[in-house]
Amino acid sequence: MEIVYKKSSNFIEAGHSFCPGCSHGIAHNIMMDTIDEMGLAEKAILVYPVGCAANAMTYVKPNVVHAPHGRAPAVATGIKRCAPDKFVVLYQGDGDLAAIGMAETIHMANRGEHVTTIYINNTIYGMTGGQMAPTTMMGQITTTTREGRGLHGEGQPIKMCEMISTLGEPKFVARYALDNAKHVIEARKGIKKAFQMQVEDKGYAFIELLSMCPSNWHLSPKDSVKYMEEEVIKTFPLGVYKEEV
Amino acid sequence: MNDKLFVKGSEAIAEAAVRAGCRFFAGYPITPQNELPEYMSWRLPEVGGTYVQGESEMASMNMIFGAASTGTRCMTSSSGPGLSLKAESLSCALGSKLPHVMAIMMRGGPGHGIIFPAQQDYEFAVHGPCHGGVKQFILAPSTAQEAVDLTYSSFDIADKYRTGVLILGDGFLANTIENVTFPPMKKLEDLPQHKDWKITEYDPNHHKLITSYFPPEIMEQENIKMGQMYEYWEEHETQYQNYLMDDCEILICAYGSTGRICEEVVDELRNEGLKVGLFRPITLHPFPKKVFEEIDYNRVKLIVSVEMAIPGQLVEDIKNYVARRTRVEHFGRSGGVLINPGEIKEAIHKMVEE
Ligand SMILES: Cc1ncc(C[n+]2csc(CCOP(=O)(O)OP(=O)(O)O)c2C)c(N)n1
Ligand code: SF4
Ligand SMILES: [Mg+2]
Repeated sequence: MEIVYKKSSNFIEAGHSFCPGCSHGIAHNIMMDTIDEMGLAEKAILVYPVGCAANAMTYVKPNVVHAPHGRAPAVATGIKRCAPDKFVVLYQGDGDLAAIGMAETIHMANRGEHVTTIYINNTIYGMTGGQMAPTTMMGQITTTTREGRGLHGEGQPIKMCEMISTLGEPKFVARYALDNAKHVIEARKGIKKAFQMQVEDKGYAFIELLSMCPSNWHLSPKDSVKYMEEEVIKTFPLGVYKEEV
Repeated sequence: MNDKLFVKGSEAIAEAAVRAGCRFFAGYPITPQNELPEYMSWRLPEVGGTYVQGESEMASMNMIFGAASTGTRCMTSSSGPGLSLKAESLSCALGSKLPHVMAIMMRGGPGHGIIFPAQQDYEFAVHGPCHGGVKQFILAPSTAQEAVDLTYSSFDIADKYRTGVLILGDGFLANTIENVTFPPMKKLEDLPQHKDWKITEYDPNHHKLITSYFPPEIMEQENIKMGQMYEYWEEHETQYQNYLMDDCEILICAYGSTGRICEEVVDELRNEGLKVGLFRPITLHPFPKKVFEEIDYNRVKLIVSVEMAIPGQLVEDIKNYVARRTRVEHFGRSGGVLINPGEIKEAIHKMVEE
């Protein structure tokens, strides 16, 4: 019998605390699986954000630095500059990366630090209970936009891949979705490419993963997939935005 | 590089840090301390270190957070407005027990304030530099040479206690050009290696996690340990200058640049017939509180806190430690107005007459 799928050996045996249908689990699986495949666990330093992702930092095996909210890019800069031989991955949510940490994100990308960002865009502040995020879509209902975003001067959703790809230093900028098997396989390929670039010291890569947050979308996991296909991917088109590798 | 230089206080601190083994610096421009990051920007690459100009004080402090987690001796610097911005990550760095050094050269405030010297961030730095009730180790040099010596030792203190050390100076210290003698360059291999916690050491059986986020019971235990550490510091790590305190009837309390100015004031007032002495705290946290238990309050009839701060800040601590055992007064200038010996003397004469 051939094993086609298994849990990454980079998790400790301790369950997890993500909600059913949450994409953080899938993102973690493909990220860790790729670290496994490339033999990077020993070299890896994972920089975690503030947000639901931080739940995972105690059940992964590679070493972890837990950054203040939004500041992972600056923390990662300090790490990578002092330890250039290490493999540094930032894992950040959309509130963390595109609101409070926007300045750090843009400037790290602009310096072209040799690290990899995995950006989990679930269009919402998950951990704090479903408030509007910078990525919340027009008309999307959240606990702070009860009639849908856009009626009270909230502006439009910020599209990070589009912004980052205008900068000079980033070498690979791409957006994937985690709603179905095909998309997940593509996302995993993108992550592998980005990791390989860091291993070869080829510059900064930014990987956006459109993710589901059934709990705060107030949808079942199944309906979340539908919402992703019908709404989220339309607002945030998938694809490679910059490739200079 | 020569061991003796004629340099600004800011540059003296930078060179002392490099010699203490600092190999990473991140900062954001702000007067009156720009010469410190500028010096680091060319000096660190010379010794194999790294300088990064952060996009803000917040980012700079977070770069320090990252650098410290690799066990690298690291430093940032700013002025009061920058300390406000560093506060968030300072709390996280202290809570995550990441050793680091920060130099803050105070300027007139509040708000944007003005670039000229002041001591208006004592209260902020000493009692609550950030959320969560955590504190840092604070050194207040009064001359460029003392700044060199304290900076050199600050990295050892940071490593020993896994804490943050703040070198609290002002625009006067930062910009005065003086002769200084530097201690020797430390060898990196002789410094503590931090193998047990630094993030660059991988051990498959021991997951390393640098965080300040814990479940309540563990968090409380951490806080208890932190409190015990501060008590230990008070017992073992305080430093102060006693200048003619032992027979004085009037005691001036002043730190940093103002402390230096007050030495002259003591000499002149003694010539004018007043028995004056100076207590100059060098560690502002831990504060040398014990001194106030050893004072003979039958002899010392007046204590004057002299500071470049209005309303007074240090004076509130002094009042607390004196606990009504004698009269405590404040004299200060503020907002960037440099205090001068003549006006201090005049103010003390007036207090004596009252
Ligand atoms: C300085 C600071 N501000 C606010 C918070 C509260 N907070 C915790 S998680 C979070 C939102 C995270 O949202 P996102 O980055 O989108 O991550 P998600 O939970 O959706 O994965 C916020 C605002 C905090 N911990 N620290
Ligand atoms: S709240 Fe949303 S993002 Fe957070 S764990 Fe649950 S589903 Fe995932
Ligand atoms: Mg989110």
